[in-house]
Amino acid sequence: MNLQLVLEQVLNGAQLGVTLFLMAAGLTLVFGIMNLVNLAHGSFYMAGAYLAVTFYRWSGSLVLGVLLALPATLLVGVVIEVVALRTLYERDHLDQVLATFGLILFFNELIAIIWGRVGLFINLPGWLSGSIDLGATFSYPLYRLVIIVAGIVVAGALWYMVTRTRLGMLVRAGATNRTMVAALGVNIRLLYTLVFGLGAALAGLAGALAAPIYAVQPGMGDPVLIQAFVVIAIGGIGSIRGALVGALIVGMVDTLGRAFLKPALATLISAPAAQSAGPALASMLIYLLMAVVLALRPEGLFPARGH
Amino acid sequence: MRKIILAIVAGALAGALAAPPAVAAEKLKIGFITTLSGPAGIIGKHMKDSVELALEHLHGKVGGLDTEVIFGDDQFRPDVGLQVADKMVKDDKVQFVSGIIWSNIMLAVAPSVTEQGVFMIGTNAGPHELAGSQCNRMFFTTSWQNDQTPEAMGEFMQKRGINDVYLMAPNYAAGKDMLAGFKRTFKGRIVDEVYTKLGQQDYQAEISQLRAKNPKAVFVFYPGAMGINFIRQYDQAGLHGKIPLYSVFTVDQTTLPALGDNAVGLWSAGYWSSELDNAANRRYVSDFRKKYGYTPSFYGAEAYDGIMLIDSAVRAVKGNLADKEGMIRAMEKASYASTRGHYTYNVNHFPIENFYLLRAEKGPHGLVMRVESTIFKNHKDAYYQECKMK
Repeated sequence: MNLQLVLEQVLNGAQLGVTLFLMAAGLTLVFGIMNLVNLAHGSFYMAGAYLAVTFYRWSGSLVLGVLLALPATLLVGVVIEVVALRTLYERDHLDQVLATFGLILFFNELIAIIWGRVGLFINLPGWLSGSIDLGATFSYPLYRLVIIVAGIVVAGALWYMVTRTRLGMLVRAGATNRTMVAALGVNIRLLYTLVFGLGAALAGLAGALAAPIYAVQPGMGDPVLIQAFVVIAIGGIGSIRGALVGALIVGMVDTLGRAFLKPALATLISAPAAQSAGPALASMLIYLLMAVVLALRPEGLFPARGH
Repeated sequence: MRKIILAIVAGALAGALAAPPAVAAEKLKIGFITTLSGPAGIIGKHMKDSVELALEHLHGKVGGLDTEVIFGDDQFRPDVGLQVADKMVKDDKVQFVSGIIWSNIMLAVAPSVTEQGVFMIGTNAGPHELAGSQCNRMFFTTSWQNDQTPEAMGEFMQKRGINDVYLMAPNYAAGKDMLAGFKRTFKGRIVDEVYTKLGQQDYQAEISQLRAKNPKAVFVFYPGAMGINFIRQYDQAGLHGKIPLYSVFTVDQTTLPALGDNAVGLWSAGYWSSELDNAANRRYVSDFRKKYGYTPSFYGAEAYDGIMLIDSAVRAVKGNLADKEGMIRAMEKASYASTRGHYTYNVNHFPIENFYLLRAEKGPHGLVMRVESTIFKNHKDAYYQECKMK
């Protein structure tokens, strides 16, 4: 195990981390502010990927495809909020889970009807493909670095919005005490719609960025959603900072676990035992981590104040 | 009041128990289970389309009987698959359960179905348990035992004198069978053996590890969406062309459209290809393309063969579905026009068949798997001697 390999895996972990952050940011705001458990959040990830592919094929530019997919998923999110989810805010979580689970099935089938079940693919444009040299013998896929940078930029923009703008103030206030915000005359309904649309757009961005590296197909958002829930449970519900820290922790733990757990175990126990225990344990790691965090800090690492 | 209701319920139950068994069926019912939703739904679509084509070729009458095929979606989960199969057997009273892509689902479903005296005609998954210690008279498969195809690939790589191979597969029943099969025929050095999560999307961490070990060749088993993701990320990491990639069940007609030119030239092994030249296959492939507008995969060919195998069984007993022994004897002969050409059944009801070296290339109908050579002739699986069927 050399330093360069560790560095490469840390980059891989950061890339998974920022993807999870884009997913978790919307999820945690919607859960924290609107008290809505939205299982269909993964569908926005999928929608973002499909829309990016479609716009890319139409315009011939990946950048344009991703940029157009953003407002498009925002629109999808707003429509879903207005049409389907508004009536659910007052219902209990079980009803919300049931309804949004239904939305997952609806979206997966809708996508299959529109685009077909065969996975779509797009190739990276020449200037984004290939690897970049980060040292004499160390190269890393350029596009993965782009994802990391894009994620950091979005995290910065979100931080600015949440801490420095009026909308951000309302979002923070809403996460802390919804009733009071409504009592002060803020149009909470509009705020909800905006936050939901923003969350959908962030998930859509994650999906759009993932489109050139993963198979774009029905149901592609479901595994990411599960990890995003782990992130917000670790980070604390309603907290953007928690989502960022949680996402990076989960990204690192998952990636480093997959890479180094088996060789590490092999030094402790026999190789065949490590062979079977390593992969099993690696895929459990983030859930174990979540269990530990929940046992020590049930509110998560950075709970939104006021809950 | 309560007692009255109780009495009525008890009466109804007793009535149900005493009712004579359903009149020996004039109608044949087949329950076909596959994955129809989610990322693996594309495989299910190939199978379902093929079953429907088989029904069309038989004019809607499998074995000369009026036929109803009930499709079930296992959602890529063993528990759901078992539920669906149970419903088919108990409520729909099917005489045959068929289909099933995934070995972990097959291991849940097959024992339950055969235990209830219903035929299980597998059309893809071939976990070693069902070929060996858990073999069953009521179970047949139109595919292969999992180990066989990677055995063919291992044999090919062994003969080519390739050394220092890096192995990867998803961590589930079939993944382990595949690597076990590969190691049975490949005797060269193996650099490492890596299992990933079933359904994993991102392989960058594993690819970084792989590159650090600098192997001479890579052998993988990544069916469905896993294969698309792995191969594209392998390309993006700049390994395409640097470290040769060999695979089984990874490059096929379900993944080729998404892989595109990335796949051209990749080696694979298999018992079937759309390019295999025999009368039944030519008819199947050309009618399939005509009807659905795309090229079928081996998943489809197996499903088509499954219906044809059932057809041969029911015909042999002249539609007397109560004659299960007669149908077993008929199926053991494999006397139908299979899309792979003629084959025979081993004592464990797994095929003894040829395995070919395949290579992805562009043809008039887009990317196809060209048959390069025959690796194994009439190849038997490694577990049939453990099968104590009779």
